[in-house]
Amino acid sequence: MSFVTAHDIFHAYGHRPILERVNLSVAEGEFISIVGASGCGKSTFLRLLLAEERPDRGVISIDGAPPAREPDRARGVVFQRYSVFPHLTLEGNLVAAEGLGTRWGRLHGAARRAARERARATLERIGLAHAAAAYPSTLSGGMQQRLAIAQALTARPRILLLDEPFGALDPGTRVAMHDFLQEMRAETGMTVFMVTHDIQEGFKLGDRVVVFDKPRWDPQFPDAYGATITYDFDARHGGIPFQTLKEDTRVLQSA
Amino acid sequence: MRVINRHPGPALRLALALAPFALVLLAYAVASDLRLAVNPADKLLPAPSTILDTAAGLFTEGDRRTGRILLWHDTWSSLLRLISGVGIATAIGLATGLCIGLVPHLRAGLAGFVGVASMVPPLALLPILFIVFGLGELSKIMLIVIGITPVLIRDLSQRVLDIPREQIVKAQTLGASSMVIALRVALPQILPRVIGAVRLGLGPAWLFLIAAEAIAADQGLGYRIFLVRRYLAMDVILTYVAWITLLAFVMDWGLRALSRRAFPWMEAGL
Repeated sequence: MSFVTAHDIFHAYGHRPILERVNLSVAEGEFISIVGASGCGKSTFLRLLLAEERPDRGVISIDGAPPAREPDRARGVVFQRYSVFPHLTLEGNLVAAEGLGTRWGRLHGAARRAARERARATLERIGLAHAAAAYPSTLSGGMQQRLAIAQALTARPRILLLDEPFGALDPGTRVAMHDFLQEMRAETGMTVFMVTHDIQEGFKLGDRVVVFDKPRWDPQFPDAYGATITYDFDARHGGIPFQTLKEDTRVLQSA
Repeated sequence: MRVINRHPGPALRLALALAPFALVLLAYAVASDLRLAVNPADKLLPAPSTILDTAAGLFTEGDRRTGRILLWHDTWSSLLRLISGVGIATAIGLATGLCIGLVPHLRAGLAGFVGVASMVPPLALLPILFIVFGLGELSKIMLIVIGITPVLIRDLSQRVLDIPREQIVKAQTLGASSMVIALRVALPQILPRVIGAVRLGLGPAWLFLIAAEAIAADQGLGYRIFLVRRYLAMDVILTYVAWITLLAFVMDWGLRALSRRAFPWMEAGL
């Protein structure tokens, strides 16, 4: 049942432990929000999931596969910035999501035409069809992130990793992006890990909210201990499990 | 109002841009006039009209012995050396820069060596180049290559390292191999930087070219300048200097125009 497992992760930078004894088990299709104070290892954990770094101890595996040694197509990622290729047009970015995996990084002939067709359809779907031939630098931050999410999903990863994807957006755009992300997720049933600073955002989007914090704290030497998962909330139904909020009556009923 | 907040209008801006040129020309004309008034045979500062006459002759009249218009032949052979040297240096710099920027093992092996090699004064190597490659074209081209390649490598490898880590990771999650990342992600993004680096490298390249031609050549812009120096032919030298300046300026301008046209995705900043 568990799709992604992190078993007894320990990770340090030099002599500074960042993560210690992190255990997490995630079912397929779950949306995990990761929150915590700055410097509490959220982003480090995401990098470990991404296999950009390997944990000093412990094992992370996806669907029982052996732990990855470097980022691969099983993992899709959207960063806060720099997630799309600035030298490609919007359409080019989506075609690249299919083409970069080939021998020369480029599709030809019928495969290319088909990929362009799909890219057009995706752009239509995410409301950016009018800008297909534009370069990302001409887009607003929200549009760039929408493109980045679509690009990551085009490669059909097993899990999608979001590193503060909406951190640089204004509040209005952020709400629109939440809707967009929820729609995309409903369509694909993707397993998602999202690091965020915004706890409300975490509870709104996530099925579970995982809190990273340092369980031990030495006031004389704050770097002495690493962080681990201190809380694992069920965030379905607005963080009120086993009950549903009826919009019309505003009365809590047992689920 | 503070001077840093005062901006010239378009007309004044143009006038201010032209003023230094006008001042230099004026200063030359006055100085030349003063000297010629004392000694009409003075060769040091020929009158502007004399220079123009000489220039017209240099561009249109053939050599008395061979009938060839020497200036065009000099220009042709110099440009050939310059462009070959810069072209070879750019190719080496681009390939090595990509390797150093992307592959940690090559970076560990090469970065320090390139850093030290770029400190070797290229002109000090010129005698060695003449001995090894002879006095022909090869030694001159090699001087340009040796002179500007290390700087190009350092600049371009740093540009590759400046590509956000996020993009390299993203490309990996899309399944790109190391080679695909080099060719499809890193290379297109540093091409505009290559043009910038070449623009900066053209200055030293001209320097090395003229130095090499001055010492041993039978044709070329630098050769001609150092040849006529013996006859104190200031009018010829000044014409050649102006011509070289014009060539260098046109190249720089052309490269800038090319990078604007070819890389529309680059935001302003070239």
